[in-house]
Amino acid sequence: MIRVYVPRDTAACALGADAVATSLVAEAARRGADVEVVRNGSRGLFWLEPMIEVETVDGRIAYGPVSSGDVPALFDADFTHGGEHPLALGKTNAIEYLKNQLRVNFARAGVGDPLSLTDYKNQHGYRGLQRALEMSGQEIVQQVMVSGLRGRGGAAFPTGIKWQTVLDTPGDQKYIVCNADEGDSGTFADRLLMEADPYQLIEGMTIAGLAVGATQGYIYLRSEYPKALAILNQALATAYADGYLGPNILASGKHFDLEVRVGAGAYICGEETSLLDSLEGKRGMVRAKPPLPAVKGLFGKPTVINNVLTLATVAVILEKGAAFYQDLGIGRSRGTMPIQLAGNVKRGGLIELAFGATLRQLVEDYGGGTASGRPIRAIQVGGPLGAYLPQHQWDLPLDYEAFAAVGAMLGHGGVVVFDDTVDMSEQARFAMEFCALESCGKCTPCRIGAVRGVEVIDNIRANRQRDENLILLHELCDTMELGSLCAMGGMTPFPVRSAVQFFPEDFKTAAG
Amino acid sequence: MQLQQDKNVNTGDGCRTAAEIVSGMKQLPGALLPVLHRVQEIFGYIPPATVPTIAEGLNLSRAEVHGVISFYHHFRTEPTGRHVIQLCRAEACQAVGARQLEKHITTALDIAVGDTTESGDVTLLPVYCLGNCACGPSLQVDEEIYGRVTPERFDALLNDLGAGQ
Repeated sequence: MIRVYVPRDTAACALGADAVATSLVAEAARRGADVEVVRNGSRGLFWLEPMIEVETVDGRIAYGPVSSGDVPALFDADFTHGGEHPLALGKTNAIEYLKNQLRVNFARAGVGDPLSLTDYKNQHGYRGLQRALEMSGQEIVQQVMVSGLRGRGGAAFPTGIKWQTVLDTPGDQKYIVCNADEGDSGTFADRLLMEADPYQLIEGMTIAGLAVGATQGYIYLRSEYPKALAILNQALATAYADGYLGPNILASGKHFDLEVRVGAGAYICGEETSLLDSLEGKRGMVRAKPPLPAVKGLFGKPTVINNVLTLATVAVILEKGAAFYQDLGIGRSRGTMPIQLAGNVKRGGLIELAFGATLRQLVEDYGGGTASGRPIRAIQVGGPLGAYLPQHQWDLPLDYEAFAAVGAMLGHGGVVVFDDTVDMSEQARFAMEFCALESCGKCTPCRIGAVRGVEVIDNIRANRQRDENLILLHELCDTMELGSLCAMGGMTPFPVRSAVQFFPEDFKTAAG
Repeated sequence: MQLQQDKNVNTGDGCRTAAEIVSGMKQLPGALLPVLHRVQEIFGYIPPATVPTIAEGLNLSRAEVHGVISFYHHFRTEPTGRHVIQLCRAEACQAVGARQLEKHITTALDIAVGDTTESGDVTLLPVYCLGNCACGPSLQVDEEIYGRVTPERFDALLNDLGAGQ
């Protein structure tokens, strides 16, 4: 029997993976070949999707991008034994893009069936939880503290400090909330992890519960991720059935329940306090801080709220030890950062590396330049609230502090490439338009500022009192940056200001 | 305009179904969003006639329920066409031609984003990121997400829906 892997990941399916799987089964039956099709997660080499892999005596051999029409020719070429074919990519592990990465969070992604708990355990899964069950809450928090892990959602707050606060705050009920509202354009690391390795997140959240004494967890998942929802729900059911969740985890007497809640298309709910209001069944309005969610969070109780990758990483830290993680990275940015290469790029996908690589290495060495073949003009890093970086900033190391020092942010690690056809005044306008659309409306600088921002940029683009309006735009950005309640209004000026500062020529020629 | 409309919505049956949903879920902490998701799953939208039932069942005011429905882009208070196309408008897709694709689609369907075609075949909605940012432009047709959608590919998809001009 020959095992062929076809990813069930959203990106692979968006490019026809389901049809490929169907064709493989049909063609194998027609030829009487003994082939088992396994729907694995994606390796994150999205430009090669659908990338199928066949298990041979020499290891796994990859082919891609495969369309359903290629399937008969692949059989003709004896691909089930690693036969030569124009789509052959050689051994999966030897593909440069993958080989040169440092996969910590994504070590298991794409290897097996994401729903197989056996596959998970065979690849070091649930060893972190085993260790955690032998520790006190304080010892677990200490491990996270020493690892240097910082929040991967964007704000990069030290995770251990957040957990210590929750541990130290008395409460009859505490919660673990996973922020899986990955709304930044150009990001898909959370989705990939949830679709390819859901147990890692479940394990990390369970450890978090043990650490701070929380018995209930929620994964707040955006509604735009239906495949991740289905996979998470099935994985949760299996984890419950096998005793990894519930009132008596692995017969330890420890209790942790976990469920998925689905968002409803509001970008602002990625902001942690807005997310908590949404989980409570309300409009996703941003809360003023303090009180911090760690003290007064979900339903007013002490709450750990962390991003998907942050929580998943805890499973690795507990398994391999804090020192392993702490040894990776540069400066105060420890561990690895999964970068998501997106937009107009030839080889888009997920690249997990220790902190410190440069943007240029990513977009040129990994990305291979633009998909259009034209020169790169601007790179937006960190989602819709991140700055547009011009060429002279592409040698910045990927490090939270290095980015912050130039008025940019690494955020959740989304890297969106634009070629030289981009109109940066249009991008600046979009930043304001998006803020106007997604503002929760609680604070005036964001609610009104974004609307006025669109108007002012329209005036500049239409050449109406351009110089005066450029000054007005800067003042408006000051007001939003300094006066907004959260990052939505406070950071929308980042892409706007960077566009004006580094691409002034786009604001000088009347565009319409 | 022929819209997909559950025949029970405007009669008492719609509210009875909403009442059943509420009574089955009201013990959940923060039950309103899960209830609204379920109502929309069943009716295709949230019929305004169900709002008082939902409010009463969850011990909320109608204004609170309305406030939540109107806050979230995902919740709709009107029926959609037979097919829903969600077009990604965010930056990563913009970088690979989403704006041009949007022009093509609105011309092909002869509607603006947010509207339903006169035949009731297609509702076109904006979405800000489907998480398929390395393979844009992306759009979703009913439950399926498609990547690298060119104008030609869109025409073929529309044709497959039997909703072409």
